[in-house]
Amino acid sequence: MEHIRTPKVEQVRLLDRFSNKSASGTLHLTATHLIFVESNADAAQEIWILHHHIGSVEKLSLTTSGCPLVIQCRNFRVVHFVVQRERDCHDIYSSLLRLLRPVSYEELYAFSYNPKQNEQQREEGWQLIDLGAEFERMGVPCDQWQLTDVNRNYKICETYPRDLYVPITASKPIIVGSSKFRSKGRFPVLTYFYQEKKAAVCRCSQPLSGFSARCLEDESMLQAISKANHNSRFVYVMDTRPKLNAMANRAAGKGYENEDNYSNIRFQFVGIENIHVMRTSLQKLLEVVGTRSLSVNDYLLGLESSGWLRHVKAVLDAAIFLTKAVTVEGASVLVHCSDGWDRTAQVCSLGALLMDPYYRTINGFMVLIEKDWISFGHKFADRCDQLDGDPKEVSPVFTQFLECVWQLTEQFPQAFEFNEWLLLQIHEHVHSCQYGNFLANNQRQREELQLKDRTHSLWAFLLSEGQNYLNPAFCHTYAETHPVLEPSTLPCHLKFWRNMYHQFDRSMHPRQSVLKNVLTLKESNRQLEDTIMKLEAVTLSPSHPLSLALLKEAQHQEEVGEEAKKCCSDTERTVEGSSGSERKESYGDLQGTYGAKVEPAVVSLEFGVARMTC
Amino acid sequence: MEFAELIKTPRVDGVVLRRPFLPTVEGTLCLTGHHLILSSRQDNTEELWLLHANIDAIEKRFVGSLGTIIVKCKDLRVIQLDIPGMEECLNIASSIEVLSTLDSVSLMYPLFYRPMFQVIEDGWKSFLPEDAFKDLESMTEEWRLSDVNKDYSVCSSYPPLVAVPKDVDDDTLRKAAAFRHGGRFPVLSYYHKKNGMVMMRSGQPLTGTNGRRCKEDEKLINATLRAGKRGYIIDTRTVSVAQQAKARGGGFESEANYPQWRRIHKAIERSSILQESLIKLVEACNDQSHSMDRWLSKLEASNWQTHVKEILTTACLAAQCIDREGASVLVHGTEGTDSTLQVTSLAQIILDPACRTIQGFQALVEREWLQAGHPFQQRCSQSAYSNSKPRCEAPVFLLFLDCVWQILRQFPCSFQFSQHFLVLLFEHTYASQFGTFMGNSASERSKLNLSQKTVSLWSWVNRPQEVERLSNPLYEANCLVIWPSVAPQSLLLWEGVFLRWKRSSRCLDEAYDEMVHIIQYNKELQNKVNNLRRQLAQLETEEPLLQTP
Repeated sequence: MEHIRTPKVEQVRLLDRFSNKSASGTLHLTATHLIFVESNADAAQEIWILHHHIGSVEKLSLTTSGCPLVIQCRNFRVVHFVVQRERDCHDIYSSLLRLLRPVSYEELYAFSYNPKQNEQQREEGWQLIDLGAEFERMGVPCDQWQLTDVNRNYKICETYPRDLYVPITASKPIIVGSSKFRSKGRFPVLTYFYQEKKAAVCRCSQPLSGFSARCLEDESMLQAISKANHNSRFVYVMDTRPKLNAMANRAAGKGYENEDNYSNIRFQFVGIENIHVMRTSLQKLLEVVGTRSLSVNDYLLGLESSGWLRHVKAVLDAAIFLTKAVTVEGASVLVHCSDGWDRTAQVCSLGALLMDPYYRTINGFMVLIEKDWISFGHKFADRCDQLDGDPKEVSPVFTQFLECVWQLTEQFPQAFEFNEWLLLQIHEHVHSCQYGNFLANNQRQREELQLKDRTHSLWAFLLSEGQNYLNPAFCHTYAETHPVLEPSTLPCHLKFWRNMYHQFDRSMHPRQSVLKNVLTLKESNRQLEDTIMKLEAVTLSPSHPLSLALLKEAQHQEEVGEEAKKCCSDTERTVEGSSGSERKESYGDLQGTYGAKVEPAVVSLEFGVARMTC
Repeated sequence: MEFAELIKTPRVDGVVLRRPFLPTVEGTLCLTGHHLILSSRQDNTEELWLLHANIDAIEKRFVGSLGTIIVKCKDLRVIQLDIPGMEECLNIASSIEVLSTLDSVSLMYPLFYRPMFQVIEDGWKSFLPEDAFKDLESMTEEWRLSDVNKDYSVCSSYPPLVAVPKDVDDDTLRKAAAFRHGGRFPVLSYYHKKNGMVMMRSGQPLTGTNGRRCKEDEKLINATLRAGKRGYIIDTRTVSVAQQAKARGGGFESEANYPQWRRIHKAIERSSILQESLIKLVEACNDQSHSMDRWLSKLEASNWQTHVKEILTTACLAAQCIDREGASVLVHGTEGTDSTLQVTSLAQIILDPACRTIQGFQALVEREWLQAGHPFQQRCSQSAYSNSKPRCEAPVFLLFLDCVWQILRQFPCSFQFSQHFLVLLFEHTYASQFGTFMGNSASERSKLNLSQKTVSLWSWVNRPQEVERLSNPLYEANCLVIWPSVAPQSLLLWEGVFLRWKRSSRCLDEAYDEMVHIIQYNKELQNKVNNLRRQLAQLETEEPLLQTP
């Protein structure tokens, strides 16, 4: 690659960010990764950092021990290297600066990433999720809702998907008129249908109402949504912005619905802050928790002043409001913010997660993300800074959504089929640009890039190692007993997500993982059941000529099983804590201010990313 | 005094009880000498039996002739009683007030309680110092059991028997005792089998402003050092607090007189500050507002988590000195009955796998808290709701339990017990039918003859069904030293105590049960496989024909 000036630098030191520990090794720069290989032969740790994960590179001023290079990653890894010679450091620095700012989509890893899969498997991966089938599952089309082809060519709204569902009474002129009256043409469409009460969750962008403008078609559109639900005489309109922001938008010819103009609506602000506030908030939070020898008081005050948990609470509260309106009152709800692709996506998807147990399964969760985030045009490219773009467009809106889901999994440990690792892994790959799913800003761009022909799907990869993401406490009957979740958003029930924001700071985590242990036991239960079946078959018919062989085979299988188990927990389940074998030697060690402890070799989360390229 | 005199109205009908997570119950309220009972006289509803000793504070409210009493318990639960009739309500309230604040030890419930279960092993005899010393004797001959305190005259807060260096005679001990706060001369707290290093604890030295010294004290602690080795003195107070103590006759060991010891000061707060912290924390947890900022700033202002971090840090330091530096340690604060014990007991949890078992943890509590003279009765007579001015109350032991819980969270497979055990201990230190936590020292307990007159908590805990309930299904014996993380991000608020009554734990309990089920099922399957293997192997030998290849 022409951008790489120095592919390899030796005698580089890696400093731990919370203690005085360090490791020395060799730094390699490849076309896709920055790799650090520790030279200590016993516990040679390797760190693989995908260029796309690098958020910023900083070269600090020269010290007596060398030239420090600090790399902050979007998956919240922070690494601090000290390179002996300044020239080497500068070479790496300038190479990285170029590598982490790709200018065209074609430069992204997804286009060169090639797992050992044939074409058919690749195509099947893309067919795993079918949103048409998903709407059918909800019971749409039905007598009140239909599929419209107005956006077949992305003519009406280029950031919406082709297939849209609207009330049966919304004629084409109404749709076209309404779309002209909505920011970016994002007119009200169906995103979730609550079959039990025939109530709909619809989404759109803000109306271009200014101080007095109105649009009859848009009013008819809302009327149509209202009429499609016989259970309620009115439809809620949830503006997810703070009232002040919405009012300010009026000066720019945008704004919010005037209740006098729309018959039968109930208008409600819910006060979630905008992308800029969220970006600053998370930055502050990371600054606080990244401080060395942080005191408890500074930590708590920092949590408070960052406002992050306050924002998480606001998003959850909005989703709860939506859920109650739909499930208790049986009313339809129209959700919007400004453009209807950030806060709207958060609230609609979380609301659906609370209302519909299907979305709490692994498959359902993928469908939910595919529907409310990918297809409805959450601007992943801009928000995750996939290409060298406007830094003001970057914002952790999706991360925040994942955190809200995590808060729910903490409150309802039996309701979700998946565990925390799935959330972490999705977050990892939203930023890795290794799979095509999250590339670009909307479906139209994705089609232009022919992602389905040229890249792989993340969902196929995740499902292929689905056993890692199972929640062992998941209860299949929970969906029947608790179809709708009612979480608490009392401040004391919302927690800091250490496993996300400190996922690479191993010293902060529990040294033994309950999740990993129970998952391993569950796996072992399956194997034992299998063995029992075989043994029983043999003991019941002792004349069976194969009995001895089977006995041996069973024994052998069990050994293999044991080994597979070990191997599995060593290489893959290393998200938190230490794995089975290393536990024995390593966790009897101090961390933090006390001792010099050797970090066990771990390639942590990027096991899917790292291994396959070289 | 008769209880009957204190009970103005023994029973009221038509009382409505409201309490967290349980349906409202209407029934008859009865007051006995020790209990507040509400019974609906229906089989299917749960009755309330509340020890008066568990009541921390009450509030009265009236709407017309309907009175309401809010009962705030020491276990942090809040319940509400709606009582028809103003007079009845006032009578009940004042009776509860008197009965829940009786000072007389002779009226306390454990002296009246008769066990409804069969005592298999008398808990009063389960953890005798003689037995503990036998274990020590098997490891080292450098220590002896001294009965210098047999009549509690040398140190009123020490037990009759203490472990001291073999080469130090009782006379030296007496002199050293005179030089230490409360007569608490340095005694053995823990022997680290791995390298023979020890942890000792004591009261502060009484150096005063003149820098008094005591050769016997120096001799006593130097006797614990190996030739050429240095030891560490961990003073749980900051330098300035320790300096100030000199003006009141206390002080710390000077480098000049203790050249073989390095002194380290830490900052564990005194008990009065801890009590205030608990009150603020509980108030924060009960705050009804929905503001995240308010919650975080109140949590911060309570300083509770800071205390947890400080205590854990000091315990890690002590453990590190012993295990890593291979040095012996002496721990003390002022009296040596509070922060000192937090540090010595937590260091043992970190270092000694035996302390992480159910029996071992009881032995630790018995050794390092009860025998060591932590004044439980003084510390636990009020909890977070009490309106009366705190005297000596402080959640010293609760903080210790919180720290243990933090380590348990970080090493969920290394403890034989679950958090239920810690919660149970918290409850029984504040109100109990058992005599274990009565009194302030071994001498007080012996004067009251508690081992004869009351039942020990350990007698209850060590029955098989209770052991089962308190066990941690994930436990796998782990012989290593376990170093907890003390980063603020690693420390959590102990929901099992502080948010226990805020939200039903049903969801979490059911998930826990599911986990237990998976683990038990695994054991069953393994047994089954082994049995089948055995059967098959038998068949093989019975029918040798099958063994042809």
